[in-house]
Amino acid sequence: MSALTFTLKTALQQRLDLSALTPDQLAEKSKADIAAILLPYGRKQLRADEAFELSGDDTANIVFANGNDKLDYIGSQMKSGTITINGDAGSYLGFQMRNGKLTVHGNVDIYAASGMSGGLLHIHGNAGDFLAAAIVGDRKGMKGGTVIVTGNAGDRAGDQMRRGTLLIEGNVGSYCASRMLAGTIGVLGTVGEYVGYGMRRGTLLLTSKPAMHATLQDCGAHTLPFLSLMFKSFGELPSKFAKIDKNRVQRYAGDITNDGKGEILILQ
Amino acid sequence: MIINGVQIDDTFAEAFNMRGTRVIITAQNLKWAYNAANAMTGFATSVIGCGVEAGIEKELTPDQTPDGRPGVAILMFAMGSAVLMKQLETRMGQCILTCPTAAAFSGIEGSKEEVTPISLGKNLRFFGDGFQISKQFGGKRYWRVPVMDGEFITEETTGMVRAVGGGNFLVLAESQPQALAACEAAIEAMKKIPNVIMPFPGGVVRSGSKVGSKYKAMFASTNDAFCPTLKGLTKTELSPDIESVMEIVIDGLTDLDIRKATRVGIAAACELGAKNGIKRISAGNYGGKLGQFQFHLRDIMADPTLNDLTAEVQA
Repeated sequence: MSALTFTLKTALQQRLDLSALTPDQLAEKSKADIAAILLPYGRKQLRADEAFELSGDDTANIVFANGNDKLDYIGSQMKSGTITINGDAGSYLGFQMRNGKLTVHGNVDIYAASGMSGGLLHIHGNAGDFLAAAIVGDRKGMKGGTVIVTGNAGDRAGDQMRRGTLLIEGNVGSYCASRMLAGTIGVLGTVGEYVGYGMRRGTLLLTSKPAMHATLQDCGAHTLPFLSLMFKSFGELPSKFAKIDKNRVQRYAGDITNDGKGEILILQ
Repeated sequence: MIINGVQIDDTFAEAFNMRGTRVIITAQNLKWAYNAANAMTGFATSVIGCGVEAGIEKELTPDQTPDGRPGVAILMFAMGSAVLMKQLETRMGQCILTCPTAAAFSGIEGSKEEVTPISLGKNLRFFGDGFQISKQFGGKRYWRVPVMDGEFITEETTGMVRAVGGGNFLVLAESQPQALAACEAAIEAMKKIPNVIMPFPGGVVRSGSKVGSKYKAMFASTNDAFCPTLKGLTKTELSPDIESVMEIVIDGLTDLDIRKATRVGIAAACELGAKNGIKRISAGNYGGKLGQFQFHLRDIMADPTLNDLTAEVQA
């Protein structure tokens, strides 16, 4: 069996919602059924075979052969299997994803990993704003699982994140970990202004000291044994984070205007 | 059956269903892991007076522990799950939370059907008075509790399994030093067996008991049939040349583990042999009426398959 492959064959004028194309939803479906799936396309709907050339039959492994920044909701609520995107993806990548593995070989737009609760989301490129953040109206962002971004992320990464691990190997924009509720964010590059703004709980791990507002309080330098546990658990991940073996950090607590149980740890 | 001049009695040890758990204790170095583990397994020789029977199972190298520090694995057994959970919690709080640099982790994974998750550090977190932090890695929840030496790290739960307690054998010797030497040799050999502990001081117990007493308040009393100074007074089990008897009690995660430990223990004691005053190996039982398990000494010593020391339940 070869991976079920979708090759985009039309130039998209509108955004195309691909939330119907996940391994768990396509399992047991015939090729004709899959071809007939209607995908929301702007104000209209598009049959899957109007938008894509279909090949392969393994619904547990889905490939989008030529990604495009208008392809939204890829891997939305996916529960199993793998999805691979060669090229860019649009907004809401892995929205409320529950399990499985979602890999993008390109850049993605806003709200990737929003509401995600499990599985592995690997972005070999840059992520837009609101990575792992809560959509408007939701009170929690990412709720579990692991996200790896090898490139940079935009503003508000991890906004209202509740649980899980968000690992960014590049730089992050402003308001990183804002209103964070819990979970772990790691950034190997730099972060912009207002890091940890309104952060309630959770851990933000950095490699260099950012500009910090006054409501983040220095708690001193420490050797924290839990970091050994954490980096050991990263050992299997396809990320630069897997190679870190340090547990000496400068610890800042905050945001003290919002309970102050969060922490920013700067590796030394 | 005679091994190296030592008579193996045609009798059996009688053992009981228990509940058991394993905890991995790590610290900055082995010395402090032992300090924590010795405290945690202190006053835990017999369920009768201590609630639990506990002991150190084995040392762990840094690559065998969750946090990459040296550690030890301890096993803890009780007659029921409620007692085990209560004792685990109080001992964690008084012995591990208090011990500098010590951390505690699950020693039995909770995924299998027969493994019941029980709280390890789940309630200790409240010592953090709101400053405690929960972290989830690899599907496991850990607690970071701020304490004066830094942070106390504990996993939230460990696993409880059905286990076996009360496996035993008796060493009958011509003198007290000889009986002790044989027991020491047996314990050294048995310490290498996974999944078992010998809960008494140094692994050896001298006050074997019988059921009942002349005193109404006592439900167990000295096993006079095996007391050498009473040879002329009671219906003794001892021949005139026996001057001292000592017992090794074994608790294990499965009855197979106890069989393996019994075999290497008796073999080590018998290696000293009759020339070192070791005369007989016997075992304690209640006539087979009370316990769910019987360990027949001769069957165990005649079964070479027990030399396979691959552990059934892994850390």
